[in-house]
Amino acid sequence: MKPEQPKYKTSEEVDFVIIGSGAAGGILAKELSGNGYRVVVLEQGPYLTEKDFVHDEIKVLNQDLLTNHPELQPNTFRKTPDEKAKPQRALVYGRLVGGTSVHFTANFWRFHEIDFTEHTRFGPAASAAMADWPITYADLEPYYTKVEWEIGVSGQAGASPFDPPRSKPYPMPPLPVKSGGVLFERAARKLGWHPFPAPMAILSQPRPGRSACVNCGFCLGFGCEVGAKSSSLATAIRMAEKTGRCEIRPNSYVHRIEVDANGRATGAVYFDEKRNVQRQKAKAVVVCANGAETPRLLLLSANKQFPNGLANSSGMVGKHLMLNSGAIATGVFEHPLNDYKGFAVSRILHDFYELDPEKVGFRGGGGLDARFDLTPISMALGSLPPDTPRWGKGFKDVLSHNFTRTVEIFCHGTSLPVENNSFSLDPDLKDAWGLPALRMTYKDHPDDLKLCTWLSARATELLDAAGAQKMWAPPVQEQQFAVHLLGTCRMGKDPKSSVINSDHQTHDVKNLFLCDGSSLVTSGRGQPTMTIEALAFRAADRITALAKRGDLSA
Amino acid sequence: MSAAWVSTHWPAMLSAATHARQAAKSAVPPKFEFFSPEQAVEIEAVSARIIPTTDTPGAREAGVVFFIDRALVTFGKANQKLYAEGLPGLQARVHEMFPGTEKFSAATSEQQDDILESLDERHAGGRGRPFRPSSAAQTFFETIRVDTISGFLIDPASDKRGNRDGVGWKVIGRDDAHMFQPPFGYYDKDYPGWQPNPTDADKTKS
Repeated sequence: MKPEQPKYKTSEEVDFVIIGSGAAGGILAKELSGNGYRVVVLEQGPYLTEKDFVHDEIKVLNQDLLTNHPELQPNTFRKTPDEKAKPQRALVYGRLVGGTSVHFTANFWRFHEIDFTEHTRFGPAASAAMADWPITYADLEPYYTKVEWEIGVSGQAGASPFDPPRSKPYPMPPLPVKSGGVLFERAARKLGWHPFPAPMAILSQPRPGRSACVNCGFCLGFGCEVGAKSSSLATAIRMAEKTGRCEIRPNSYVHRIEVDANGRATGAVYFDEKRNVQRQKAKAVVVCANGAETPRLLLLSANKQFPNGLANSSGMVGKHLMLNSGAIATGVFEHPLNDYKGFAVSRILHDFYELDPEKVGFRGGGGLDARFDLTPISMALGSLPPDTPRWGKGFKDVLSHNFTRTVEIFCHGTSLPVENNSFSLDPDLKDAWGLPALRMTYKDHPDDLKLCTWLSARATELLDAAGAQKMWAPPVQEQQFAVHLLGTCRMGKDPKSSVINSDHQTHDVKNLFLCDGSSLVTSGRGQPTMTIEALAFRAADRITALAKRGDLSA
Repeated sequence: MSAAWVSTHWPAMLSAATHARQAAKSAVPPKFEFFSPEQAVEIEAVSARIIPTTDTPGAREAGVVFFIDRALVTFGKANQKLYAEGLPGLQARVHEMFPGTEKFSAATSEQQDDILESLDERHAGGRGRPFRPSSAAQTFFETIRVDTISGFLIDPASDKRGNRDGVGWKVIGRDDAHMFQPPFGYYDKDYPGWQPNPTDADKTKS
């Protein structure tokens, strides 16, 4: 049931228009409307609810029920700026109310101190644009705690000796351990490592209007029918609606932010469901459209005053894209694990979060997890051993044996910020609305690939120690596909090298704020959503303080 | 497990799923929407070599041909031409390799495997993570291979007419349920509960 929402006229100047309703946009909507402001959230995708979330893999995964559609919004890819980009699906994100938080795995790691201060700690890295954050872990800690308690995160405080300090325990115990998690825990301890229960944005205990996880097994890629996954849809959006001051306006595809002669944002221009152009007026604009669509929108909003794109006097909009590096090793065991039951991840380890560059010969670090995030068709088509016959009795035998006996060890790691890695506007390709398509340029920093190879070797050691009967790990390759969209409008003190300040205010336009994966200065070790949400809670406090001071009025 | 565990949405979803399953079972033999009966026989014969009937059910028992037929008039319309042209191509290959054999479905299992082997160009595509772009070439064989596997394993409660009676899930050992409680499998059933890591952890940086 959707609570009654206000219906603001587009001609009415609301206090805030928020573009995007995902991890960050949902929280900003909740906080700003909760602080008494009139808020309109413009979401390009539809407003789906629990009843729409089915387990039909074709409908959900192949037909992009929840995600950006490659035919409506095609994109192009190239490795380096001297190449001509070719049409190729290069990214996926949630395109619905709640955004990517609806279909994500829900790994909710906090960043550690090192993620904020890596540049000072280790100095510059060759061919990377390393920088410290203008805020520290200590600045963000209260907001991490706020995410855990308000949105709902399961976990075990103090279980990892590598965890940064925290002001409060988790609000609820970890989810149950899976067989893959038990194998992971035993093997890791045998190797002298420190496994611990995965912090997950999935409820282990019910909350008002939401069920605890029922372990259905259709988790990554799917929406949660029982509201156990702590998506913005199941949490912040509902809370924002309850204030009576927030309108969620789905099917609203923003393609321009307008500014007046004084260089102040006046509102957002969008296509409604019928592709008619609408203009929502607002006193301030907050863009939470994700690390691809946020820079695209700024670039699409170029005008005479801002010829290189809105808020782009630095030329840094869209640059320093980071995807997080990764590798997978897969193991098959003697007895059924049945890891297809439940959420994806129950055990992780952070022993390699901070590696010594002198010892390992590269910059960065990462974490490992034990997971099964596969559904029957995706498993059969994508995750059988490489020597499996592609069809026939041999194929059927391996599939029948492995489905219940497989676990994957995922390695998650840093991406170093490289200026050339970017999202920009493709000069030729257009989307179904006639707007320039996203062009992704990406080539992993050499250290990212070294890190992955190193972590992959640890994953293989772990599977071996766990007694896997068969295991394999594909060679580490350069990435050409983006799920984590980070760093493209980075935060910083210097307007020449960053796009927003530590209040998420753009250096160039005082009533324009950006908050999502694009704000990140470093990539963390693989799980960015928790940090995006903590930033959103903090940004809401900062923006509210500025608004109270009168800094946002003309 | 307390009653509060289950949200209000869940019983509704389960009842809808149960209804769909019963409807699927009680329906009169379904008609084909795209294939002629003769074409359906050939498609079913191909699917039955991709996932053969052994001591467990295969594509035939899972009604994969009905899944493909439904796909071609709904979400898989774009592949109509591929199938329409693929079938005569298959026929030609049968004549070429086994003169005197009229059609694929009339060949022996060994002959059928030889024919499909000759059509399988072994593209590397199709392996990868969910959401990762597939480079699978749009050949007839690759398409029917992927469609057969999909039709065998799709959620039986979906409207896609595949995985009849959930036989595909039975074969791979997935319980046809959407709610489970721990213990889930062999290795977690005797788990003693979380024990802290040894305290001598000195945060050694590798």
